[in-house]
Amino acid sequence: MADVMTDRTATLERLGRDRASVLRGLGFSDKIFNTLTWLAAVSVLLVLGAVFISLIIGAYPALQAFGFSFVTTAVWNPNTDKYGAFAPIVGTLITAFIAMLIAVPIGLGIAIYLTERCPLLLRRPISIAIELLAGIPSIIYGIWGLFFFAPFMKENVYPSLILAFSHVPVLADLFAGPAYGIGTLTSSLILAVMVLPFITSVSRDVFDTVPPVLKEAAYGQGFTTWEVVKNIVIPYTRVGLLGGVMLALGRALGETMAVTFVIGNADKLSTSLLAPGTTISAKIANEFTEAVGDLYTSSLIALGLILFVITFIVLSIARYMLLRLEQKAGV
Amino acid sequence: MNIKSMAFASALAVASAVVATAAVAADISGAGASFPYPIYAKWADAYKKDTGNGLNYQSIGSGGGIKQITARTVTFGASDVPLNAKELADGGNLMQWPMVMGGIVPVINVEGVASGDLTLDGDTLAKIFLGEVKTWDDAAIKKLNPNAKLPSAAILVVHRSDGSGTTFNFTNYLGKVSKTWAEKVGSKTAVEWPTGLGAKGNEGVANNVQQTKGSIGYVETAYAKQNKLTTTKMVNHDGKVVEANAAGVQAAAANADWAKSDGFFLIITDQPGAAAWPISASTFILMPKEVKDAAAASEALKFFAWAYKNGDKMADELDYVAMPAGVKDLVMSKWADIKGADGKAVPAK
Repeated sequence: MADVMTDRTATLERLGRDRASVLRGLGFSDKIFNTLTWLAAVSVLLVLGAVFISLIIGAYPALQAFGFSFVTTAVWNPNTDKYGAFAPIVGTLITAFIAMLIAVPIGLGIAIYLTERCPLLLRRPISIAIELLAGIPSIIYGIWGLFFFAPFMKENVYPSLILAFSHVPVLADLFAGPAYGIGTLTSSLILAVMVLPFITSVSRDVFDTVPPVLKEAAYGQGFTTWEVVKNIVIPYTRVGLLGGVMLALGRALGETMAVTFVIGNADKLSTSLLAPGTTISAKIANEFTEAVGDLYTSSLIALGLILFVITFIVLSIARYMLLRLEQKAGV
Repeated sequence: MNIKSMAFASALAVASAVVATAAVAADISGAGASFPYPIYAKWADAYKKDTGNGLNYQSIGSGGGIKQITARTVTFGASDVPLNAKELADGGNLMQWPMVMGGIVPVINVEGVASGDLTLDGDTLAKIFLGEVKTWDDAAIKKLNPNAKLPSAAILVVHRSDGSGTTFNFTNYLGKVSKTWAEKVGSKTAVEWPTGLGAKGNEGVANNVQQTKGSIGYVETAYAKQNKLTTTKMVNHDGKVVEANAAGVQAAAANADWAKSDGFFLIITDQPGAAAWPISASTFILMPKEVKDAAAASEALKFFAWAYKNGDKMADELDYVAMPAGVKDLVMSKWADIKGADGKAVPAK
């Protein structure tokens, strides 16, 4: 009897030991996994911080020399070493704004059509075609813009635009000639095509997450497709939608090569959208390789810092808008 | 094949890859100007066949070349813009010499005007790029071309948007022939242009000019020739009307006084000589006078000596212009200034 008892205790003890060691092993691998994911997350912050710090260090000479006037003056003269970023800042914001103005409604429209109206047979080909747009390298857009799109706009579209708006007070200034084909509007249009797939594929994906029961309930109450989209689909997916739009805006703000080819790279500010302009990233791409002299290089890096800050501000505004939306929805 | 032998084989492959990288690292390394890249690449190819030694040239732009040679990350730098004595000293006691030349030519798109039909002089060209001469039938252009039929179309100026040695030499020429240009704009790889639109690279300028009636731009002569652009003639320093071609550039270089130049700081725009093309340019090599790695420097000098000796025909094929023989001899005699850590001259043979 006693023998059996000791045997039992020994087995139990052994089992307990095994269990503990297995659990310890599991705990150990959990810890490793935890650390790895933590490292991955922190490394993003580290890289971001390092980029920001090195930009500040690189831009310091220019910011010290020009102070805040670097942002507000529209001079760019490597010969006298006087630099101001106003023209490229304005160009960046305007091209991105027009691009979004065109791409957001069209992108949403495509997504709504694909998820609500499109026959199943057509859905895949259209989706794939739009995703292919995102796969085209920007240099290809640039060359296509320079050799085909800009001349096409110059010959066929801009003359009629100039004519049509020539007597409308504000629009006459916005669409003033001469039209060279390349300029702010052309690059905005190309940007719109480039960011379209981001908006479309993200919004299509989030539209698909809307529970069918919600939509069916609405249709059952006699909602039209537009009312379903407006009152059910878009409110339900607003976070994802805004994410897609922000992704697109980020690309529009930072896009370099395509814009460089078609914007005309003129440092002068013009009221006309048809006139050549410039953007921050185009300016950096154009001049960095041949920038000789500390202040020149530093001013270009300062441009990069400004682009960084602009993107940061835009993202913050988006976050804030989202927060407001959620609060409103919560009430 | 079992796992062990596979592992061994892959280890062997890695090892041989490392050896191969080491062999690549022994190549002559240089970085800089993109303008001479095609001819350096062609020379390097032929040189490798001849001697087995390769060249690794990064065509990253003159500014980048100057930065890299200053940091000594390459054996030689290359720049379309010569450095003055102070800049050479700032780079850590560098020396420079001209390697090969080319010309820059105005290209136009004017209704009814073919290549060579139109003649411009420096002052008029400067006024066009200043935005002072605004139409093609302006009196200044008419005076130079009494027989040409010129439309009253507006002139659109197309310039380079990227920093470029071509822009440096072009604006340098305009500054020499126009006081207003020198005071208002000056000369640099990128300047604040008074008028017109900017296009990226020779191809960008060429394409915009071809597409826009009434436009004028400037590109390298080799590029204009290969793409059959409409070029203008120019009135040169001696008042003669000349065409942009290799002979004109050679004439400009022949009359340039390299021997008296301070460390080969010489820009060959607006040179005297009846046949001299006024907007000629040379591109430069930069090397430190005190080198750490004498063996690598010696390999580089051997390559340049070989290119001077055997490279003229290849340069000609690519529409570059070789340096005159006298200048080559002068350059090679100056290489004696390049010394290793032991104070001995680095051998170039």
